[in-house]
Amino acid sequence: MGSFELGGRTYQTDEDGYLVNIEEWSKEVGEYLAKEEGLEMTESHWEVINFLREYYEEYKIAPMIKILVKAIAKKLGPEKGNTKYLYDLYPEGPAKQACKIAGLPKPTGCV
Amino acid sequence: MSKKEESKTPLLDELEEGPWPSFVTDLKNLAKKKPAVGQLLGQLEQSYEERWDHWLGTVINTPGYGGGIIARYSDIGQKFPEIAQFHTIRIIEPAGWVYSTDALRQLCDISEKYSAGILQFHGMTGDILMLGSNNEKTLEAAEELMEKGWDIGGSGNGLRTLSCCIGPAYCEMSCFDTLKTTKHLTDTFISELHRPEFPYKFKFKLSGCPNDCASSIQRSDMPIIGTWRDEIQVNHDEVKKFIGASGEEYVVDNVITRCPTKCITLKSPHPPFNKGGRGGIIEIDDKNCVKCMHCINVMHKALAPGKDRGVTILLGGKRTLKIGDIMSSVIVPFMKLETDEDYEKLVALVRRIWEFWTEHGMDHERVGEFIDRVGLGTFLDGIGLEPDPQMVRHPRTNPFIKFEKLAPPKIGGEPKATPNVVDKEIEGKETITEIQK
Repeated sequence: MGSFELGGRTYQTDEDGYLVNIEEWSKEVGEYLAKEEGLEMTESHWEVINFLREYYEEYKIAPMIKILVKAIAKKLGPEKGNTKYLYDLYPEGPAKQACKIAGLPKPTGCV
Repeated sequence: MSKKEESKTPLLDELEEGPWPSFVTDLKNLAKKKPAVGQLLGQLEQSYEERWDHWLGTVINTPGYGGGIIARYSDIGQKFPEIAQFHTIRIIEPAGWVYSTDALRQLCDISEKYSAGILQFHGMTGDILMLGSNNEKTLEAAEELMEKGWDIGGSGNGLRTLSCCIGPAYCEMSCFDTLKTTKHLTDTFISELHRPEFPYKFKFKLSGCPNDCASSIQRSDMPIIGTWRDEIQVNHDEVKKFIGASGEEYVVDNVITRCPTKCITLKSPHPPFNKGGRGGIIEIDDKNCVKCMHCINVMHKALAPGKDRGVTILLGGKRTLKIGDIMSSVIVPFMKLETDEDYEKLVALVRRIWEFWTEHGMDHERVGEFIDRVGLGTFLDGIGLEPDPQMVRHPRTNPFIKFEKLAPPKIGGEPKATPNVVDKEIEGKETITEIQK
């Protein structure tokens, strides 16, 4: 279990730095988590984050990768609607990194 | 054992009793070099005492990869600090699991340098497993492995590492080049392997003949099994030698009566039964042979698979998880797999199956489960394959079924425009797409 301080507030995280309470998320928190991941957030990065958060808001789970990819394809076209594009943005994987920055819970690993 | 040396792992020691070797002995030896392994045994002993598992799953990926590392934290890491982070790296094995000693030494060196020195040959999917590296060393090990020409295996909801039997490298039964096909499919689909984006896992396993030494029919979504469609090759001189060595009774009891479709006969060598001089020979009614390999296995010098060889493609198998085992069933009874065009046909079929399954499959739904849910008819529509009576679950066991007209399945068909599948749109609406008249 860990935590970090931002703007005078303390945020609880799990041992891998994922936010424990998703309600505490803000854009600043997202930027902080992105910096921890060593990522420079561009508008393309935020497009993915926003989709993840909207999906989680409605369904209370993170979307399957294929659903994320399809949604991006629908919104931004087929050149971006593929995993290669997502891994260019998030080299350690959209499931792992984008979910972390979006404040979503840690994805389960291989079963 | 002296009194002062009471064992710290009495429950694990039990596993060393009896005639069979135990991993506990190996790990105890390794613990002399690697303290982490000693602590591993300690945690395992505690788990045995409490009947409680102390591993937590987490996610670690090397940049550009979405899987291949099975990351584990110990939840009693304060007691066992050397194994607080204890990850397993999956490494794609050489096709057929054939290694040079240099390659094995490389793996041993990397395993000793970065992790606990535990190398498993192999995991159930077929990968080499390198156990026991922490967060940083896992990434360093992955780097060094890739520099030396190895690649990380599959995990998660994507294509998993392929595996195959030894095939033409060593085995006289092999009906196609399992090694070449495994390498070709791995290279073609490497993106699906490293960046998971399927509803769930998908495994290929390839066996050179129906002996299915790669265990493909029960352990993979798409088995590719070598087969033949002409006659079993019979060497009559070797048959005579075999009978000479083992006797007719042996052949009757172990070969003739064990044919599942009773299609094999042993002709008598004795007059007047030997009709025209030829006797003591095997005759096979190949039209009723279901390719079980038994007679060939027993009389492997006398009998061999036919000359017109190819593969059978099956679909839908899986091992126990969530629900029970499913054995794959046939979707392509026979196709040649020799020319570049043959390989392209196979790749095209796989892509059509993936397209349909990823489009309509639910989260964590294997292909076999998907077919069971939507029905085989719908599935065949969706991938553009005509139904065929040879798409069997298992071979027939009596010779009395005959096909009036043998219709070879077409695998180049157009997928039906609107297959009847219940479509769960992400907006939450449920629609049944219209069945085209």
